[in-house]
Amino acid sequence: METFHFILANLPVIWQRTVEHIMLVSVAVAVAIVTGVTIGILITQSKVAADRVLYVAAVIMTIPSIALFGLLIPVLSLIGQGIGYLPAVIALILYAQLPIIRNTYTAIMNVDPGLREAARGMGMTVLQRLRIVELPIALPVIVNGIRNAVVLNIAIAAVATYIGAGGLGTFISRGISQTDIRQLITGALAVSLLAIVADFALLALQRFLTSPGLRD
Amino acid sequence: MAATSLHGATRLLVLIGIFALGAYLQATGLIPGILKYWSDIVYLSRQHLHLVAISGTLATLIGIPLGIALTRRAIRPYANAITQVVNLGSTIPTLAILALAMTVLGIGAPSAIFGLVVLTLLPIVLNTVAGLRMVPAHLIEAARGMGMTDGQILFKVELPNALFVIMAGLRTALAINVGTVPLAFLIGGGGLGELIFSGIDLVEPSMLLAGAIPTGLLAILIDLLVGQCQYWLVPKGVNPLR
Amino acid sequence: MIRLERLTKTFGTVTAVDHVDMDVPDGAVCVLLGPSGCGKTTTMKMINRLIPPTSGKIYLNGRDTAGVNEVELRRSIGYVIQQIGLFPNKTVEDNICVVPDLLGWDRKKSRARAADLLAMVNLEPATFLKRYPKELSGGQQQRVGVIRALAADPPVLLMDEPFGAIDPINREVIQDEFMKLQAELKKTIVFVSHDIDEAVKMASLIAIFRDGRLIQFDTPDMILANPIDSFVADFVGGDRTLKRLRLVKVADAMMSDPPRVTAEDSLDTAAAKMEEHGHISIVMVGPRGRARGMIRIEDAKTKKGLVGEHVEPLPGMIRVDNDLRNAVSMMFSHGATWLACVDDDGFYKGYVTQRGITRLLGANYRA
Repeated sequence: METFHFILANLPVIWQRTVEHIMLVSVAVAVAIVTGVTIGILITQSKVAADRVLYVAAVIMTIPSIALFGLLIPVLSLIGQGIGYLPAVIALILYAQLPIIRNTYTAIMNVDPGLREAARGMGMTVLQRLRIVELPIALPVIVNGIRNAVVLNIAIAAVATYIGAGGLGTFISRGISQTDIRQLITGALAVSLLAIVADFALLALQRFLTSPGLRD
Repeated sequence: MAATSLHGATRLLVLIGIFALGAYLQATGLIPGILKYWSDIVYLSRQHLHLVAISGTLATLIGIPLGIALTRRAIRPYANAITQVVNLGSTIPTLAILALAMTVLGIGAPSAIFGLVVLTLLPIVLNTVAGLRMVPAHLIEAARGMGMTDGQILFKVELPNALFVIMAGLRTALAINVGTVPLAFLIGGGGLGELIFSGIDLVEPSMLLAGAIPTGLLAILIDLLVGQCQYWLVPKGVNPLR
Repeated sequence: MIRLERLTKTFGTVTAVDHVDMDVPDGAVCVLLGPSGCGKTTTMKMINRLIPPTSGKIYLNGRDTAGVNEVELRRSIGYVIQQIGLFPNKTVEDNICVVPDLLGWDRKKSRARAADLLAMVNLEPATFLKRYPKELSGGQQQRVGVIRALAADPPVLLMDEPFGAIDPINREVIQDEFMKLQAELKKTIVFVSHDIDEAVKMASLIAIFRDGRLIQFDTPDMILANPIDSFVADFVGGDRTLKRLRLVKVADAMMSDPPRVTAEDSLDTAAAKMEEHGHISIVMVGPRGRARGMIRIEDAKTKKGLVGEHVEPLPGMIRVDNDLRNAVSMMFSHGATWLACVDDDGFYKGYVTQRGITRLLGANYRA
């Protein structure tokens, strides 16, 4: 109950932190999509490259988020950007790579080889084949990867508060350090809600972008 | 031709890079700075692994039976609804789960373990369900036709065939687990997170790295270990990697 | 239209296609036939340069294709594959119009053409234009695959075992439809197959390949009648004579304008007609000319009365648009040496005899 009143009383702050959080994730995911999808498309040309790139991305995933933040801080301190926004965004971009690259790669590789042959035989250039055949078919899986990346990033961004990046995690960290259960619950609820809403919104987008010929 | 020379060149570059990094770190006195915390590192690593082991085991013991239960015929009508809820649970950010655990169980190891179990549970359950669903229906039909009981079918047909996917789920779950343990420090659970967070607060890079590097190394090591288990423990016939 | 000059393809030490010379005339349906690994598919794929030739030349309508940009080349040649390859994310309409779109055709024009092509293969445009491939049966998908290749009106069509993925019943239907389509469109077609029956049915020219070499290149009837060596003879099958029968329509083999009697004619009239033509039986027709029964010469000479009182059932009837193989089959099943040939409405048009058929086959045999 107290928490409820607390939320009502602090709506502007909650909103502000939410916006911070969303901005952080959006920028990171946007960059990650550009790099991830491009790399995903490029590695379809070479099995060796694909294995290496996917392995590196997987290794990055196993590094705990706070550890990666920790590793980035001294490096970025050298250019005076050690604390705050930049290490958080860079870490988020790196974490988003695996789901996006892997899904892009798998989706394109899974396109029926018969379709590729038909496209080639009809006289499409490689780029046309990507644009007209492979990417539209791969799109649902790619968006699924982006969706995973977004949910992952929302979770990690909550931890980024500890390196000064702000966001909804601030309620949680203050709630712990000040033993204030209202802030704690507010933060936990807010960030969970954000993650769930984002997940559903992107699921709807995924369905929308799936050609009717591909739906089950 | 081009591929092999690129391979060789990249190798050389990586080696030079590591060497240069090492020399640089030595020059700035960073490495001895990190080694100052050696005893802490050992102690906290033990705590870290402790948490991983307990929460991991609990999550496996709860998760796999739960996953099996969700694929049984009796539960089928509700299975989709329950799976949706579990999926929803997996979207909830890690810090939120830890925070909520803390509100229920207070500060200390129990809430850390509880939070970790919940987090680790989800991928295990989802992968167990997925793995069991992927077992070809005709195998089960053949087994039933041969006169196997449901229990025998489960242990002799379904689980062996689902094993690879289940182990993949365990691998993902453990990776998430090891990755979340540093955060357990925040709610009083201990572990290498202590060095990391203190290092950030006190603006002490060597302390930070003393915590971050072992954490990263532990994560990679455990993943490699489970990967090897997956490779060797899953019988050749159902193991796509062998 | 298509000329291959000493066309060769080697993969390392393996020669897949060995100095093939072939000239496919305009409007021909040329089937490349042979066992697995004989080089027929590789040869065809060199025509649209999906596989680049190692040496030799390919001329399309007199032009050396080596100088043409490969993407342009492929857009000017229709290509149909065994797996069909309809793009699942596009409607039937968009699938058909892929090449016209690539070529920059006017949208209205290409969409109208898509509708026309669908009608040509008996797929109602209103129903099928907006459907997706997954809503189509295998046979329907294959038809769409074929008209997709024809959408940009290319002069040449390459087909790689296009009907292989369809069940045997539907395959017959689609083959027949395809032949009707070709009769209208008169494209130059190169068609890879490993099925001798399919080749005999559909080809105007068959090219038999073995180990990368072109062994025999001739009309189906010539290859069946005169296989050039034991390999070809084995390949076309020991029943090659029966296969030849499929190539001839009853209408072309029958004795037309046959003698006939009506029910009101007397047996004497019947006997006289039979003697005049040297036959041992004669067909009785109804008032409008439909075949109804027969009279044998013994009965006509020994009995008295009208034809209608002594008529026997016919030994068998066959439609004039049917082929000789089915005629022979019916002769066997009825134990008859001749059959009455009728048109769709049952009107008596002629007759075929076993002896007549044998004579026809012999006409093409060289010693």
